[in-house]
Amino acid sequence: MAGPHRNLVRGYADELRLFGTPLSRAGLVALVAVFLLLPTVLHDDFWLSVLIYVGITAIGAIGLNLLTGYCGQISLGHAFFIGAGAYVAARVGGDTGLPLPLWLLAAALIGAVLGGLIGPFALRLRGHYLAIVTLGLIFIGEHLWRNLTPVTGGNSGTSVRAEPAIGPLDFGDLTLFGESYSRNQGWFWLVWGLVALVALLAKNLVRTRPGRALQAVRDRDQAAEVIGVRAGRYKIGAFMLSSAIASAAGALFGSYQQFVSPDEWNLLLSIQYIAIVIVGGLGTVFGSVLGAIFVGALPAIIDRYSEVIPGVRTSVGGEGFISVFALNQALFGVLIVLFLVLEPRGLAGIWLRTKAYFKAWPFSY
Amino acid sequence: MTTFLQNCFAGLSLGSTYALVALGFVVIYKSTGVINFAQGGLLALGAYLGYTFSNNLAVAFAVAVLLCCLSAALVGATFERIVLRRMVGQPPFAVIMITIGLLFVLEPLITAVWGFEHKQVDNPWNIRTVEAFGLVFGVRDLWTIGLTAAVVLAFFLFFRFTSLGLAMRVTAFDPEAALAQGISARKVYATSWAIAAALAALAGILMAAGPGGLTPSIGFIALAAFPAMILGGMDSPAGAVLGGLIIGLAEAITRGYQDRLFSWAGDNVSVIVPYLLMIVILLIRPYGLLGTKEVRRI
Repeated sequence: MAGPHRNLVRGYADELRLFGTPLSRAGLVALVAVFLLLPTVLHDDFWLSVLIYVGITAIGAIGLNLLTGYCGQISLGHAFFIGAGAYVAARVGGDTGLPLPLWLLAAALIGAVLGGLIGPFALRLRGHYLAIVTLGLIFIGEHLWRNLTPVTGGNSGTSVRAEPAIGPLDFGDLTLFGESYSRNQGWFWLVWGLVALVALLAKNLVRTRPGRALQAVRDRDQAAEVIGVRAGRYKIGAFMLSSAIASAAGALFGSYQQFVSPDEWNLLLSIQYIAIVIVGGLGTVFGSVLGAIFVGALPAIIDRYSEVIPGVRTSVGGEGFISVFALNQALFGVLIVLFLVLEPRGLAGIWLRTKAYFKAWPFSY
Repeated sequence: MTTFLQNCFAGLSLGSTYALVALGFVVIYKSTGVINFAQGGLLALGAYLGYTFSNNLAVAFAVAVLLCCLSAALVGATFERIVLRRMVGQPPFAVIMITIGLLFVLEPLITAVWGFEHKQVDNPWNIRTVEAFGLVFGVRDLWTIGLTAAVVLAFFLFFRFTSLGLAMRVTAFDPEAALAQGISARKVYATSWAIAAALAALAGILMAAGPGGLTPSIGFIALAAFPAMILGGMDSPAGAVLGGLIIGLAEAITRGYQDRLFSWAGDNVSVIVPYLLMIVILLIRPYGLLGTKEVRRI
């Protein structure tokens, strides 16, 4: 007697499983294999460092997606929290030499506290206010970073000496089973391991009670309040969580880059994150990762191949009509507009459509 | 006392610029419910177009101002027609992001065409000043305040006494009822974008004629006009003007007393004063000085 078909959903628990079908379990195994083997195959430091930055960006983007995609609140202040995290890493991790989990948690904690302080201002009214208040946050933050010299090093920036080490396990200088790995290889495993962890955390959050509450607030906050969801609390909670994740991402960013300056936490960085969330797909966790790969890798690739792209100026006063920086900025803008107008569900939507097509194949109409 | 009055005058001039931009925000917000983050891009575009008309094509400055306002209005209306019309009924989030996208496309385009260099717009005022009551007034500042007052007056007269202005007020009040009365929503939406863009361009060219000259970062002034809009109330044109003037005064006075009173808070505190003021306002009067209190119904 044959059992039920492998794709049959027999209850709510089946419905909620993250990897419910054999195919998706095979996909998971493939992803883990890629995660473990890629750094040993790919030795090129340029591509490894692009992938590390993409991973850090993916963590921050998952945080923003929880706020924007799931709770429907738009924040332009993500860069502020990323910056805050980087400075926490510099002061807590670098100056005291604490191990990785501690400075990462400290960054997340301080991010959450900052988010909790600012959230109530922004969420007093619905709709557009959060966007404008968090826009102000970027400018106030930039002023703070430039003037809190003991913490941030002022205009000239500060070095971040937070070591990515847990006891004897140092991801910056990894030695496993007698084999030693380069800094970039170690960082790749660390960052993408953390991406998986944060993605799992986010996924678990959104398929449980608080996650459903967030989505109810997003879809219609008054209706949510009527059925007993405390919309204000969940909005502030989502804002704090998103800030905490952003700060953790910022701490990783600072520690990997080893040096940060106040110019980096500007509006463009926030817009980059928003572009990632939109291009990847609002309200999907794996969309944030897809978006980070797509949008996060773009500047690095443009920078690398700027010599061969026609019309791009590689040096000040050089040939071409548009600088690398300006081209990046314009691309973010164009991507946001195109995706919102033509494909509002983002890359995740395209992926789901492709999947649905092959599931139903050869049926089509 | 002289210093204080001098700072107040500078504040009025700066505030006039804010008021123009904030008025543009309110026009679009009232009639279409969209917050237009691209205002800064339109402002910079207007200023650079004015530069081209005035310097490269050597038309009279007054004509250049008029031309740059008209062409910015055209760009604004075109954008509304091509992109924003598709977004009707979409969540506000998506529409805000569209305008941010436009801002981030406009800025690099402007630097690609006109470059990063500091430019000086040919204008009849330059740094001439007049003295009265023991104070020194910049001619450009006087013109900025005067032109703003004239434009604001024309603005209110337009909405009060013309049929198109009436149509726009009706659409802002109830779009469906307006449609039922035969008012073309297309025309109203396009007109509000055109008005907002023209106001931004005027603010831009007035800024560019000033001592700061013309740089690609000129569009940032529009971001500081958001607090002006919040301060006055998002749906109140009079509030936008008032908010703009208050924000401008606060910024200029902080700048004037930077060394004496605000040195403890770091350099250039004046830049963040608008945002700090906005946060305070959101605490005390979240709907602004003249805005309508939001009523929530279930």
